[in-house]
Amino acid sequence: MFRRWLVGAVGLVFLGVVMHATAQNPLASDPKAAKAGEYEFRINCALCHGLGARGGGRGPDLTRAVKKHTHSDADMFQVISNGIPGTAMPANGTNGQGVGMTDEEIWQIITYIRSQEVKAPATPLGNAAHGRELFYGDGNCALCHMVEGKGGRLGPDLTGVGGSRTRESLIDSVRNPSRRLAWGLTEATKEFPQEYESVTVVTADGKEIKGVTLNEDSFSVQIMDTGEHIHLLEKDKLRSFQKSRQSAMPKYDADVLSDKELEDIVAFLVSVGAK
Amino acid sequence: MKALVFGSGMRIRGGSPAAPKQPWKSVASAPRRDAVPRQGFSPREPQGLKAPNFPIRNAALEGPLFHGTAEFRGMTKVLIIVLAIWSMTSLFAGWATAQVTFDRLVNSGKEPQNWMTYSGDYSGKRFSALDQINTTNAHSMVAKWVYQTAATGKLETTPLVVDGILYATAQDDRAFALDARTGRPIWMYQRQIPSDIRPCCGHVNRGLAILGDKVFLGTLDAHVIALDAKTGAVIWDATAADYRTGHSFTVAPLAVKNWIVIGISGGEYGVRGFIDAYDADTGERKWRFYTVPGPGEPGHDTWAGDSWKVGGAPAWNTGTYDPATNQIFWPTGNPAPSNRGDGRAGDNLYSNSLLALNADTGKLNWYFQFTKHDEHDWDATQVPVMIDAGGKKLIAQADRNGYFYVIDRTTGKLISATPYGKTTWSDAKDADGRPIANQQASPTLEGHTVCPGALGTTNFMAPTYDPLTGLFYVTARDQCDIFSKAPQPYEAGHAFYGSAYFPSEESEPYLGFLKAIDPATGGVKVKFQHTSPTWSGALSTAGGLVFSGDAEGNFIAFDAASLKPLWHFQMGGAVYAAPMAFAVDGKEYVAIAAGSAVYAFGLP
Repeated sequence: MFRRWLVGAVGLVFLGVVMHATAQNPLASDPKAAKAGEYEFRINCALCHGLGARGGGRGPDLTRAVKKHTHSDADMFQVISNGIPGTAMPANGTNGQGVGMTDEEIWQIITYIRSQEVKAPATPLGNAAHGRELFYGDGNCALCHMVEGKGGRLGPDLTGVGGSRTRESLIDSVRNPSRRLAWGLTEATKEFPQEYESVTVVTADGKEIKGVTLNEDSFSVQIMDTGEHIHLLEKDKLRSFQKSRQSAMPKYDADVLSDKELEDIVAFLVSVGAK
Repeated sequence: MKALVFGSGMRIRGGSPAAPKQPWKSVASAPRRDAVPRQGFSPREPQGLKAPNFPIRNAALEGPLFHGTAEFRGMTKVLIIVLAIWSMTSLFAGWATAQVTFDRLVNSGKEPQNWMTYSGDYSGKRFSALDQINTTNAHSMVAKWVYQTAATGKLETTPLVVDGILYATAQDDRAFALDARTGRPIWMYQRQIPSDIRPCCGHVNRGLAILGDKVFLGTLDAHVIALDAKTGAVIWDATAADYRTGHSFTVAPLAVKNWIVIGISGGEYGVRGFIDAYDADTGERKWRFYTVPGPGEPGHDTWAGDSWKVGGAPAWNTGTYDPATNQIFWPTGNPAPSNRGDGRAGDNLYSNSLLALNADTGKLNWYFQFTKHDEHDWDATQVPVMIDAGGKKLIAQADRNGYFYVIDRTTGKLISATPYGKTTWSDAKDADGRPIANQQASPTLEGHTVCPGALGTTNFMAPTYDPLTGLFYVTARDQCDIFSKAPQPYEAGHAFYGSAYFPSEESEPYLGFLKAIDPATGGVKVKFQHTSPTWSGALSTAGGLVFSGDAEGNFIAFDAASLKPLWHFQMGGAVYAAPMAFAVDGKEYVAIAAGSAVYAFGLP
């Protein structure tokens, strides 16, 4: 039957109804519960969080011991039950993805996630301080990306990305930015979030605008150009409209940004995002 | 197609040439003898008891019969009571038949101002013969009213309209009646549903059935209830199954004769699917057809071991009805577990099938199985549309598995099966012309990619067939998924998928379309590409228009021939419902649900 439509996110609007779970996970460290939770996870969570909870490129890597929205098991129970407003994380049972879980099944999933957690390496692979210098300096990252309120607006805000993405996916996004476009606006009832697609339009008076799509439907498009100006356009009034899945972000090869430098930038993003 | 001219310049095309002129222009302002004060009467009491001013009943009590001896007077007392009851019940029945009779449903083409079944008529065409709104003026359409349901989640309802009143549903088993001209509510109902229901795909509902003076709702806790069409009061409440084992209703029931036909949901819980018929007057169950045959029944041997007991094959979308042969055509959903075939070796009848049932008995006349031994969650729960073409009585069904099927509806024999979207699961057909799955299609432990994905090329979204263009319009998507197996034992009331699936790693986005298929060839004649895949159904009208919605919240009027958009309106929420059309006071409206609201549009 129809189900699991991607991050339907319809349930995100369930503000207010915050169910306070018991503080303790009754199934904590129970290996049988962890196994049951693995199957539940596959069915209900892996669509975004990936097999093994390692992040699917869409949802955060949950094997990280430090999580942005959840610290205790009770936090996690609350987030799974009610979703995270303003994100693609839906409330249990409301998004059409999976049939919804019982309390017991939620605790099984939490037990499973805890069993998969790995401690962060004792010494980070990169130098966060140097990464910060690169990010705001020679790396030119901040021309388009903001971190903690500083930087450009054309690309996604990267403040939280270090806490929600794996090191591997961060590196991949820099080395192969077009392989998987970042998600932008998530609308409450819409199945798919807007992606950071590149767009080139020519207006009726012959003006060319290049930028990224903030949002789009069949009749209108909202664009931010490379100068961070917002253009609100009706498609039928344009001379041409061309979208591209070639990311506006340049591909950073190793000769532009060495592996070591990239590790430093990742270390910087993790130091901010995993706070 | 013959054109008939009705009042207010509205031409009715595609309807019966013999259709008499209908007084529907003035229906909304007709004398309301039914305007019984709502407060102070119980819906369980016959309304005639409290309305003693109807001459027909008083007349029955008069005359020489009622004079005589004490004994005779005693007898007359009994007679009076008997006659009074008789007259009241006949009067009551008279009221009921004055509303929506089976005859009216069979001849719905004669009253195109009304929309009395889920698909608009028994054939499932979702075609309106109204043409006041047409290709020449659609560009000027405006919103007439908006009704906010305040429900959250997906609004999948198709409203009904009868004589100026619009009946619809919303999430969490809400039902309501509105003044169809203004959107103002007349009554509202919301069921108290248990907190532990877990319907698979949201607390959704796709609409009501109407018969007599009642509307009928299938509930999320697997009850069928009858509501008074004038007040929303519960007339009867029948329990179909135990919701705690995963049974629920999300489907709009279908009224046939005096039966309310309805199919169960729960394919994700390993229910044993069924289609039921309930007496519209009493709620008594008349028949049940189990979509998974029990021991000794034909087809039982298509299930290994005890797998039939949890075999799924739910029936969660509204079927169609052929009055000529008294057959109900009802489609069924996936076998359970949905994505793992281990343990249920065999074809798994009658999952993913179209069933032809005798409307009076629920006995199976024939079946056609679209996907045998399904492992991809490809429910065949799409509206089976009855089409008469080339002297043949056909059914056209755009299936979730990506093929468009044309079936002879007298025999159930396949005529053609043609892909109408991206498919990779079949590269051969059997002797009957039915696509058969290739070896690589089965899910594996590691997972591998199959097209279409689990959501299918189409899903529950209602298609439409336009007899004027001869085209079948359906919402379609191109999306592939990675299917993997995950061992999962059956546990009553718990999800039973046996697997998981993920969107494939393709960098290309998934594509969504409105496609127009020529049933004669199975080929896609024209298509419109949406910005992203949509869950909206489609409506065609005699105005040369097709209406549909998109995931971005637009409601769009298309030229039926070219699928070029002629008009659009931003409703502010994604569409998961199908449009319908009606008319009141000589004015045509088109209505659709989007976001949390129901919208009605018309000419300025």
